[in-house]
Amino acid sequence: MIKKEKNLFDLLSEKPWDLEQSNQDNLHSGKTINLTKAHLGLKGIMTVSIIFFSLFIVTYADRMLLHDWEKMPEPKLLWFNTFVLFLSSVLFHLAKNKSDILDFKKVKFLLLIIAFLAVVFIIGQVIAWRQLIAQGYFFNSNIANSYFYLFTTLHVLHLVGGLFFLKKATQKVYNENIRAPSIQSSVKLCGIYWHFLFLVWVVLFGLMINS
Amino acid sequence: MSDDFPEQKFGIEAKSSEVSDGGHIPSKTEEQVESEIPEQDLYHPKSFITKWIFCQDAKVIGIQYSITAISIGLLALVLSWLMRLQLGFPEVFSFLGPAGYYQFVTMHGMIMVVYLLTALFLGGFGNFLIPLMVGSRDMVFPYLNMLSFWMYFIAVVVLVASFFVPGGPTGAGWTLYPPQAITSGTPGSESGIVLMLLSLSLFVIGFTMGGLNYIITILQARTRGMTLMRMPLTIWGIFTATILAMLAFPALIVSCIMMTLDSLLGTSFFMPAMVQMGEHLKYGGGSPILFQHLFWFFGHPEVYIVALPAFGIVSDLISIHARKNIFGYRMMVWAIVIIGALSFFVWAHHMYVSGMNPWFGFFFATTTLIIAVPTAIKVYNWILTLWRGNIRLNLPMLFSLAFILTFVNGGITGLFLGNVIVDVPLSDTYFVVAHFHMVMGIAPVLVIFGAIYHWYPLVTGRFLNEAMGKFHFWVTFLGSYAIYFPMHYLGFIGVPRRYYEMYNSPYIPTSAEGLNQFITIAALVVGFAQLIFLYNIISSIRLGKVAGRNPWQACSLEWQTEHVPPQHGNFGKDLPIVYRWAYDYSVPGAKEDYIPQNVPPSEVLGAKVEKT
Repeated sequence: MIKKEKNLFDLLSEKPWDLEQSNQDNLHSGKTINLTKAHLGLKGIMTVSIIFFSLFIVTYADRMLLHDWEKMPEPKLLWFNTFVLFLSSVLFHLAKNKSDILDFKKVKFLLLIIAFLAVVFIIGQVIAWRQLIAQGYFFNSNIANSYFYLFTTLHVLHLVGGLFFLKKATQKVYNENIRAPSIQSSVKLCGIYWHFLFLVWVVLFGLMINS
Repeated sequence: MSDDFPEQKFGIEAKSSEVSDGGHIPSKTEEQVESEIPEQDLYHPKSFITKWIFCQDAKVIGIQYSITAISIGLLALVLSWLMRLQLGFPEVFSFLGPAGYYQFVTMHGMIMVVYLLTALFLGGFGNFLIPLMVGSRDMVFPYLNMLSFWMYFIAVVVLVASFFVPGGPTGAGWTLYPPQAITSGTPGSESGIVLMLLSLSLFVIGFTMGGLNYIITILQARTRGMTLMRMPLTIWGIFTATILAMLAFPALIVSCIMMTLDSLLGTSFFMPAMVQMGEHLKYGGGSPILFQHLFWFFGHPEVYIVALPAFGIVSDLISIHARKNIFGYRMMVWAIVIIGALSFFVWAHHMYVSGMNPWFGFFFATTTLIIAVPTAIKVYNWILTLWRGNIRLNLPMLFSLAFILTFVNGGITGLFLGNVIVDVPLSDTYFVVAHFHMVMGIAPVLVIFGAIYHWYPLVTGRFLNEAMGKFHFWVTFLGSYAIYFPMHYLGFIGVPRRYYEMYNSPYIPTSAEGLNQFITIAALVVGFAQLIFLYNIISSIRLGKVAGRNPWQACSLEWQTEHVPPQHGNFGKDLPIVYRWAYDYSVPGAKEDYIPQNVPPSEVLGAKVEKT
């Protein structure tokens, strides 16, 4: 959670010209929120991303009310993919705990497994697409299908973006010259993003199997 | 991500009893200052390419943004000339057909709103001013900042490329409403629209990178003593506008993605069932109104993304050049924040004529009128800042005054149009064109000009030429009224907008024809004055009068740098320490009529801080 030193309303009602306030202000460090800039950056990205997906979901909710909506079946494989994503989220939690106690050997191992699982997930999604296409559910044959392919693609793209940072984190763990706090921060932030990806998938998948 | 420095809790909670009288900081704290704020690792450029092209210095990136934005803006200016020639003298010029006219209208609108104003205010002024004004060495993510500019640059290139594809750029109007935007018969419905959507998506991605930088730099990288409520209003405006942009731009990219798929892959997100030339199109079931909601959910905050930085900048210009503290600083901050928040609840006032539940329209008319309250507070505060000020009628001040007048003018017509019942008959006329050009075209552009005259000495170390500036000001100011005042009248008598030519329309009096010619000539003259301005900018780099340090005697930090223009890293060996807000002008008892933000109270003992 964002730790603020003052709440927003107190902050906005300060009187900067007041002598007493001024004396306090002179000691202010210039930082508003007690988080690292990388952490805040991640939060910013996730906020934008949440709005991005929420707007899609709003259009989805609006569009499914129209008469031409035909529900499409979900291949069993998607449940397996969901499990893979869940597993990698759990492993990332483990990796974060291990990096907190400086057990970087385990962290290396876990990060590699997570990367492998991410690839498995992507391949799994592609196979699911191929199964659906083989059954005649094309991208543009019904709007429900369009949303399915669109959501899965956007989610995979977010995952690919995450892999880029996972690669950077993994390189950090393997690099002897990098200080432990830096590695811990990378692993922690990547982990938060992985949990986020899992949650986004659960919301999107839940939406699609229920409509 | 190697920023894991120990975070000492040394914030606002510090007890005031720790501080001696007059705010003089004991030497012990000054030692802590050294250790507490870690020096940022800056990338030091090694070659021409890393210094001027792939540069990570926010000041250079700001200049790159500005040059690109102004260049593409010039294209939009030329397009408006061509449109005006067609409207003023429909039979004389034959080079522009109906298709070309719509393409030019579309590109003019899109370029001016997104690629010029947004990019210039946030990318240009934001990058240049944020680190300097909050007392930071650079943005928090310089590399991302560089990527942000290059994404924007590619977006502009893609946009320009759409002029050269078969069918030309899209002619769907800047709102790009489906279904017509991707239906044959609309110019550029094949490739032009796709390039436009691609370009907008790139712009949004690039902007998100930059926006993260602006927000986090303002929140986290301020110098010691710079609380949020001591920041200049320019920074407040840019900060709030960036937050709006981060929340609103996703709506644009979502609609872009879905329309691209409709266009290229034949999905029906927005496309209803249609019959064209007796044939059923492959589409069916989509909702064009959905697009309108998405678009205006972005589109209305976009107005404030442009307006809020302008509000902030103009507040600073007025305060500096009237030598008075800004009237009601806190009220100004609150107004910016409230306007920002309200701007997300007014979007459907752009859609009154699309058809909606009357209660829905009632709600949006109400919110639209409520937003006038904080805006009016700002206008009163600007005027009260001028009241009994020591006004210096130089160029930044002239442009600021012109802004207030123009903004009030455009704002009042906005009150008309915010009401459903007034909007419905006026919506498709030139009244609306006059309204939005006044309020979000001319008004912010006047601020941009004022800001360029104001900060040019900081960027180059020289003043812009005053005589050319005065000419530029009077022609632009009076000329834009010559253009847009008559347009209000044209709207009242019912001349519809978006029409290529009026031909013989008996209900339109012949005086409208004369007015249209007059407007066209005025537009050509105003455009010409901008060329003088450009010449002024280019020639003053070498020939301008040398400005020296802090030529306007301003309080804010950007003028207190060791070198003018500021060098890489902005400040000298030590970051400045801030002891006051940015508006200590004409303080009673002080020797000079301004006290810069980084002057400690011990150096201005006689000064009495005003109780407001």
